[in-house]
Amino acid sequence: MSRVSLLALQVLVAIVCIVLWQLLSTVPVFGKILLPPFFFSNPVDVFEQIVKWFVSGVIWKHLWITLVESILAFVIGSLGGVLIGFWFARQPLVAAVFDPYVKMVNALPRVVLAPIFALWLGLGIWSKVALGVTLVFFIVFFNVYQGVKEVSRTVLDNGRMLGMSEGQLMRHVYWPSALSWMFSSLHTSVGFAVVGAVVGEYLGSAAGLGYLIQQAEGVFDVAGVFAGMFVLSAFVILIDFGVTLVERRLLVWRPTVDGRG
Amino acid sequence: MTTPTAVALEDAKVAFRLGDGRVYTAVEKAHLTVAQGEFVAIVGPTGCGKSTLLNVAAGLLKPAAGSVRIFDRPLAGLNREAGYLFQADALFPWKTALDNVAIGLEIRGTPRAEALPQAQKWLTSVGLGAFAGRYPHMLSGGQRKRVALAQVLIRDPKILLMDEPFGPLDAQTRQVMGNLLLDLWNTDRKAVLFVTHDLEEAIALADRVVIMSAGPSSRIIGDWRVTLPRPRDIFEVRLDKEFHALHREIWSVLKDEVMKGYAQSTHAAEAV
Repeated sequence: MSRVSLLALQVLVAIVCIVLWQLLSTVPVFGKILLPPFFFSNPVDVFEQIVKWFVSGVIWKHLWITLVESILAFVIGSLGGVLIGFWFARQPLVAAVFDPYVKMVNALPRVVLAPIFALWLGLGIWSKVALGVTLVFFIVFFNVYQGVKEVSRTVLDNGRMLGMSEGQLMRHVYWPSALSWMFSSLHTSVGFAVVGAVVGEYLGSAAGLGYLIQQAEGVFDVAGVFAGMFVLSAFVILIDFGVTLVERRLLVWRPTVDGRG
Repeated sequence: MTTPTAVALEDAKVAFRLGDGRVYTAVEKAHLTVAQGEFVAIVGPTGCGKSTLLNVAAGLLKPAAGSVRIFDRPLAGLNREAGYLFQADALFPWKTALDNVAIGLEIRGTPRAEALPQAQKWLTSVGLGAFAGRYPHMLSGGQRKRVALAQVLIRDPKILLMDEPFGPLDAQTRQVMGNLLLDLWNTDRKAVLFVTHDLEEAIALADRVVIMSAGPSSRIIGDWRVTLPRPRDIFEVRLDKEFHALHREIWSVLKDEVMKGYAQSTHAAEAV
């Protein structure tokens, strides 16, 4: 199927859904409106709300805040994940000692940490960054750990026979292998950075997309909630597209870019 | 004979500790020498420990008993005089063909600007001058072997250790690669220890063919000199009368071992 017709079909799905939504929320079926506007709003109102946000410019500040939080969470979480993952993989004893604790913390639903972070770091961006970091860190950590552990025996022996020192093995073999595993989980970890930021905002903040949604919900402004959701989705799709571009550039040497890790 | 000995295994024994605590002896009392400039092929049935012996010569494995001498010095740690061509893909998948070849020099401290033109030269001499920018996954199996060969040879090792390097390739590509190897080898005649299960390949390439018995505790049971004239063409040499005579002679010994090895592996499977 050509790209154009695929795109056409994808757009068609959106149009059908929106038209159905509009119809069911405005035109009575057998004397009854199936999607009461109080609970479901309608596409026109939601669209108006989105336009209003962009025209007045309020949305930019919130988008910017969420973006900054996501980027910080991603960068800090990845950095920590790479360093600790690398360290654990090269030091089996350390890995063995910390293993139960890593599992324990990873099993914890991160949402319960949000109040603690709000308490420690305040309602500004850092409590959201911290929440995102706890999500991103483990994904990157496990991938890098795996990447270093699963370096091909033959490639490693080849490096040794070519005369590589431990440091050179690190640079030319372990490091690229670990990074490739990290990049293969890029979509997931970036996604989680955004989730951390938005959930953090939702639970207590003064700005960001999560805050917008939470505010609208607080006054039963369903159109506002939906509008926030749509803006958030578009935001995530844009970021995901950016990640795909980065990934194509970084993983050219891979046979197939199976980005979803 | 005054040619120095490049590789000497003396009564080398290789044993592995199995998971259940038993000790598996792969190779027993192996005595093998490779003179400088000599091309020696080791042939044996599957699982006879020929690759094990090669890893001992490379220093990747320590013999349980006996000694390994490289140019008359006992081997400690990895064999720094040797280049190793692996059976499996051993290229760095994240480096281009050019970088894969250049790395051999860069490791040694050669500046990148100097290493790259040399790497390009080596790629050209293995027939891949136009593929410098390709990553290993974009190359065919035969092309990857060529890159691996260039990667090893650019370091100009005194000894070449080859572990069924052309095993995974199809028959025609193997012959082409064999000729390429002989051409490259002819320019400076390094000491070569070449492991294969293919007797024809061994006779066509080598100066000496060494036969190993079926494992476990396999031993070297035969050593033939191949006096076919050099330079050889692998396609041509197979039609030679002497080639056939030698092949028949060695095969009569090897056949029994192959059958034994086969029987053992099926018995082992039944025992499990």
